[in-house]
Amino acid sequence: MSLSKQDVEKIAHLARLQITGEQIPGFAAQLSSILTFVEQMNGAETTGVEAMAHPFDTPTRMREDIVTEINEREAMQSIAPAVEAGLYLVPKVIE
Amino acid sequence: MSWEPVIGLEIHAQLQTKSKIFSGASTAFGSEPNTQACIIDLGMPGVLPVLNREAVRMAIAFGLAIGARVAPRSIFARKNYFYPDLPKGYQISQYEIPIVGKGSVRILLDDGTVKEIGVTRAHLEEDAGKSLHEDFHGMSGIDLNRAGTPLLEIVSEPDMRSAKEAIAYMKTIHALVRYLRICDGNMQEGSFRCDANVSVRRRGDPIFGTRCEIKNVNSFRFVERAINFEIERQIDVIESGGRVDQETRLYDPDGNETRTMRSKEEANDYRYFPDPDLLPVVVDDALVAAVRESLPELPEARRERFMAQYALSAYDAGVLTAGRELADYYESTVAAANGEGKLAANWVMGDLAAFLNREGREITDSPVTPAMLGALVNRIADQTISGTIAKKVFELMWNGEGDPDAVIARHGLKQVTDTGAIEKAIAEVMAANPQQLAQYRSGKDKLFGFFVGQVMRKMQGKASPEQLNALLRDKLAP
Repeated sequence: MSLSKQDVEKIAHLARLQITGEQIPGFAAQLSSILTFVEQMNGAETTGVEAMAHPFDTPTRMREDIVTEINEREAMQSIAPAVEAGLYLVPKVIE
Repeated sequence: MSWEPVIGLEIHAQLQTKSKIFSGASTAFGSEPNTQACIIDLGMPGVLPVLNREAVRMAIAFGLAIGARVAPRSIFARKNYFYPDLPKGYQISQYEIPIVGKGSVRILLDDGTVKEIGVTRAHLEEDAGKSLHEDFHGMSGIDLNRAGTPLLEIVSEPDMRSAKEAIAYMKTIHALVRYLRICDGNMQEGSFRCDANVSVRRRGDPIFGTRCEIKNVNSFRFVERAINFEIERQIDVIESGGRVDQETRLYDPDGNETRTMRSKEEANDYRYFPDPDLLPVVVDDALVAAVRESLPELPEARRERFMAQYALSAYDAGVLTAGRELADYYESTVAAANGEGKLAANWVMGDLAAFLNREGREITDSPVTPAMLGALVNRIADQTISGTIAKKVFELMWNGEGDPDAVIARHGLKQVTDTGAIEKAIAEVMAANPQQLAQYRSGKDKLFGFFVGQVMRKMQGKASPEQLNALLRDKLAP
């Protein structure tokens, strides 16, 4: 499986990674080899095998509906780059 | 050219759990920003989500209520996109195997017909935080209190053919989730939100037209307007030779129009995959049976029972069963009123509803209890008071004067059925109005009402109307 330049650009955009034109052939080759590696699984016989969603064959544990967390805003916001009026500030997301 | 709209809805109902779907942070509305956003909600490194059992129970209740199959095994998946109010960079949702499969609800249309609307699926997911775009020195403010609140996303089939049908469906789901006590249904606070998929096609065309999605409209009225605007817009585009593009549009209530938010080319590519942090959700038969056991009587069944048991019209039964609390109030009233179903219905939907509405009170907050209203209905039925006097008694009860018998006694409102007293009043009125009497006797029948009014006034409204009518007709006869 071989990825095109456009595939690599799209993947980078979806991951919000900025890459340069010179980097594309290298990434294309690396990603393609990962896909080729994974593709080997297509050769396995899976007829009658139920698809798994997780390697552990056990159901999820559930918790009771109880509030256990306390307000730790001050501690959380002490490591944020910008806060105001209790809000986390981020670069403007709409015009 | 005749056009047919095709509409499907995606409803997001916030489940009214105390804590979040994957963390022990509170879900209470209206707290100070970010005071209910813990390390799990913030997506800090190394944290793990643990599923809230109550959210699962609520989803099962919904599934059973719409006759759907509850999946014995369902999977949480990551829906990947970047937005600042989504700290992890993905939303935990369900994709290939949702907890609730295909079901349906029946909606009651204005003309009294019932239509079945398919529900494709309903799945559990977490809500995102809120972005505040007011000016923070050119930055946006993020409040993550809502992040991680459990949502049930309810996806309908494209079965609706008008905005009215869409609203009827939305109201049916709204009533259902409130009956089940799984969602408070508060649209202003965003507990119940709706996205509408709208397309149009030539009537009779077997295939659907290209659809547009209208995002997050927060009232029944706006959903109806937004859909109607969108239907007209798409018809105009096609009739003027254009083509509808698949896109997401936002409704602007001020301008009453929809506007492009993003086109298909920019559509998100969510790259769903099973969340490795969460194992499959397994729901066994015992849990399903326990939830089924706990289900209340549902709105549609209750509506039909009201029609049969209390001889109510479909309309009356529909109004009285729209909310569980209102239906409970009505049934308690009827019980206190010796089964006077229709009379009790008139009072609950009439004077009581008007007083509640005027003061902006909820039914659970009514100063007139079902026992008091039932007793009032009894006094009308046994002719202690007339319907007109009862309105006065109701108002006095509303203002805190106690049960109807006490009010009637204290204010001397008991109906007068003493023939002698009524005859005396009639004689006085006749003597005082010789001209009208002559006119009446010479054939001006309409004056009968004038005499009824005069006598009733003389008796301060307390005469039995039937008795007064009969006696008056007799006395006035030439």
